[in-house]
Formats: sequence, structure tokens, C-alpha cells
Amino acid sequence: MIDRIAIRGVGKTFDDGRRPPKEVLRGVDFGVRPNEFVSIVGHSGAGKTTLLRVIAGLETPTEGSVEVDGKPISGPPREIALIFQDYGRSLYPWLTVNDNITLPLRSKHSAAATRAAEAKKALDAVGLPDCGHQYPWQLSGGMQQRVAIARALAYGPEALLMDEPFASVDAQTRSDLEDLVLDIRRQYEMTVLLVTHDIDESVYMADRILVLGGRPTGVADIIPVDLPPERDQLSTKSTPEFTALRAQVLKAVRSSKEMTEKSADNTPESVSVS
Amino acid sequence: MSTDTTVRPPVAANASGGPNTPRKRSRANRSAWLRVLEYGTPLVIAAIWWFADELGVTTFFFPSLETIVERFPEVWNGTTLVRDVVPTLTAILLGFAVSCIAGIGFGLLLGLNPRVNEFLLPLLEFFRAMPAIAAVPLFIILLGVGMEMKVGCIVFAAIWPVLLNTTDGVRGVDKTMLDTASSYQLTPYWRITRLILPAASPSIVAGMRVALAQSMVLIIISELVASSAGIGNVISDATGKFDLVAVWTGICFMAIVAFVLSKLFEMFEHRILAWHRGLHGREES
Repeated sequence: MIDRIAIRGVGKTFDDGRRPPKEVLRGVDFGVRPNEFVSIVGHSGAGKTTLLRVIAGLETPTEGSVEVDGKPISGPPREIALIFQDYGRSLYPWLTVNDNITLPLRSKHSAAATRAAEAKKALDAVGLPDCGHQYPWQLSGGMQQRVAIARALAYGPEALLMDEPFASVDAQTRSDLEDLVLDIRRQYEMTVLLVTHDIDESVYMADRILVLGGRPTGVADIIPVDLPPERDQLSTKSTPEFTALRAQVLKAVRSSKEMTEKSADNTPESVSVS
Repeated sequence: MSTDTTVRPPVAANASGGPNTPRKRSRANRSAWLRVLEYGTPLVIAAIWWFADELGVTTFFFPSLETIVERFPEVWNGTTLVRDVVPTLTAILLGFAVSCIAGIGFGLLLGLNPRVNEFLLPLLEFFRAMPAIAAVPLFIILLGVGMEMKVGCIVFAAIWPVLLNTTDGVRGVDKTMLDTASSYQLTPYWRITRLILPAASPSIVAGMRVALAQSMVLIIISELVASSAGIGNVISDATGKFDLVAVWTGICFMAIVAFVLSKLFEMFEHRILAWHRGLHGREES
């Protein structure tokens, strides 16, 4: 089976010509299978977001390539929708919720009736059927992130990339949104890549966990999550399997962090740029 | 507002039927007083001016408001309205419109091409800093004393604030918003009309406000210096005859024109930046 998203030897060095070049990623190899849910974790500053931006086509890798359905990408691929942590800045405040959702479709010249139907379907899917005519800033943070998810769904992608999407909402909203994303993923048979710094979340949501670490960042560990596909905030999180996985991921993140610090000690020039 | 320690709902705090703390009441009293001052002061000043003859404080140079209003219909009659007011208003609106369209167009081009912008910015700043009035005589020689000259003078003054503010606004568009547009593969047309221009609109509108004020200064100056017809022309003719009451009617007429145009602009601004107010109000609460 072809990987939906194949990350092949991806390296990324930032060089603005002024400061010394900073190598963030090196030799990242990973394949995301169709309909798979992968969490990406790593200590802060490990380059999780950079990797996600490379996959989304917003950054060009300086080495290696990213393939979607076997085709190397150059620029943001049509098959992928990206959801940002900062919903307040990813939704356009001068457009209503409906206009925000349909803007990518208008740009694709889809017919007005199709667009309206897609927007309605997407808003229903995220549980906001009556919010189409409101402006994003009239909604709560959690609702705004739902709108951002609805916009992604209406775009009709094969894969969702999410960059710490629930980091700016309260705990209750957060678990609601987690379950919403799991529902949507099942309903739309979507491939999902989720960057998170929350270990519980990474285990609860995923089929596999990609642990990033080292300096420059590479794949530190890949941990399969052998929990039943049906997840529940209470019962799943209280199983011994969940607890064991959580400990395993935490350990992997910690050891990758120690590894990073050790390598930083050995190479003083990389300390100065960090 | 920020000193208030009580947590209030994000919806209009004044309209809420919550308990009236003494603090809230005193604030309400203060705003009522401000309201009285706001509308009362101009009325009092107008009343004093109106009865200035009776108070014995008028001079040849400062006639009373009563005298000015009495002369008003004589100076601004059907003939002058058609011959002078129409060309002046036409020149203001035309000059302002050309400044806005060209300013936004070029500003957008410069904002989207940072290299070109960097290269041209010192020159543009120079033009903005230059008092355009200095070039009025040149425009008169080049374009004569008609509509072309007036519009030329206005555009030469009013285009810069629009252009530079547009460039600023375009360059300041939020990175996440731009990433969103790229990620959803928005075509240039949709990217510009639905992201860049709206995002830059608070800055563009601020530039347009300055441009409108500039337009009104330049029209009067150009008409005072040399012109065959216009509000400034009427003022200039009356000055020649030492008819100061007529001069005052001209000043008042222009003040009314300026007031009405800025109110109309305010309404436009209120409409176009409604989202901005909503967003802002939310962030403050």
C-alpha cells in the first residue's frame, strides 16, 4: 500500500543570510498510511511545527522530499488541509463563518449552490449548524476552532494536519474537540497528523506516535498505539494499557530531550544559535 | 475600564441590568455631563456669536453670526451654486477618488513587492513630507485654471497618504492569515480581495481620511491662487472688494461642506470597518 504521506529524508536548515544558519531537521523518514491517525510529539523547540509546515508545503525542505499519494509536492498540496493553533488569526474576521468556509471553494470556482451545501454539511459535522451568519469573533475560542475544522472539511482533503489545535482552549472544550476530531476522522475516513505537546492527547487520539528529538531533530521513536479504535475519555484513559503507553511516550520524549541536551553540550556552536 | 475588578459579561456592559454600584452610577453621571458639554458648548458659542452685535463685540473684520446668516442667501444663490459650488465639489470628489484608486493600486503593488518598495520608499516619504501647496503655481502653469488643475493639485497632495498607508497595511498582513491563504491555494484574485485588502483596510481608511482633509485644503488654495470659478474663487472675489461679510459666508459655506464630507466619510468608515470594531471590542472586554 502506498503511504498517503511519505516523508523521505527531510532536512530543513533556516538561513536568512544574517544569523548563522540553523539546522532544524535532519534525515526525517516517516510514512503515514491512508486513514491513519498519527500524533507527533517532542520536547518544545524540537521542530514539530517545522516538520508539519514542510509537510503542508508552507516550507520547502532543504533536503529530501515529501510525497502525497506517491507524488512529490511543491507547495501546498490540494489533498491536505492545515489547522492552526491560532484560530483567531487563521479565520478572517471580516468574513462571516460561511464566507470563511466557502472562500477556498470560491477560489476553486465551485458553484454557489455546491458551496452553500458544503458549508452547511461541514458546520453540521462540527456541531455548529446555526452559526453560518455570525462573525468568528462573535464565537467562543472552542467554537472558532470548530469553524476552522469545518473550513478544512468543506475543502474536501484526504488528510488533516493539525498544529497544536487545542492548545488555546480550556480543558473541557479540549476533550470535546478531541472527541469531535475522532468522530470526524471516522466519518470522513480521513488521515490525520496531529502535533501536540500533551502526552495524554497524543496517546488518546492516535494509532501511532512519532517522537521527534535530537539536534538537529530526527525521528527519536515510533510508538504504535494498540488500543481499540473506539476511544472514550473516561474508560480509555483509565485502562492499564493507556497508562503504560503514556509512560512509554513520556520516557521517549524525556530521553530524546536528554539526547538533545547532550549533543548540544558537545557542539558549542549549536548552543549559540539555539 | 481595565481598573474595574468585577467580571462583566462581554455583551454591552452599559445595557446590562446588573446592580448599580455607586461607581457605575458616577460614571453614568459623568458621561451625561460630557454629553451636555459636547452639544451645549457649540450652541453657547453660536448663541454668543449670533448676538455679538447686541453685546457690542463685533468689528468690521468679525461680523456677528446674525449678519453672516442674513447675507448667506444673497452670496450663495442659484447662480453661485451652479457656477462655483458644483465645480468645487466635483473637483474634490474627483481628486479624492483618483487619489484613492491610484493610491490603493500603487500601494498594493509596492506592498506586494518589498524589494521595489525598499528602493522607492525614501522618494515616496519625500513626496509625502513635501507641502503640495508649494507646487500649486506649477500646476497652474502646466494645466491652466480649470478643473484639470484643481484635480491635479488635489491628487498630488492626497495620493501619498493613501499610497503609503496602503503599502504599510499590505506589508503588515498577519503571517498566519497568509499561511492560511497559501495552504488553501487561494488564487491571487481571492487572496487580494478577501485577505490583503480587508486586512489592510484599517490602515488604508486612515490614509483616506487624511487624503480627504488634504483634498479640501488643496481645492481652496488652488481656487484662491488662480481659478475662474469655485468656492475659493467667491472668497477671493469678496476679499478683493473688501466685503468681509461675504468672505465670512464663504468660510462658513466651506466649513459646512467640509463637515458634511467628513461625516459622510465617517459613515463609510463605520460600515467598512464594522468587523474591526467588533473584533476590538471583544479583545478589550
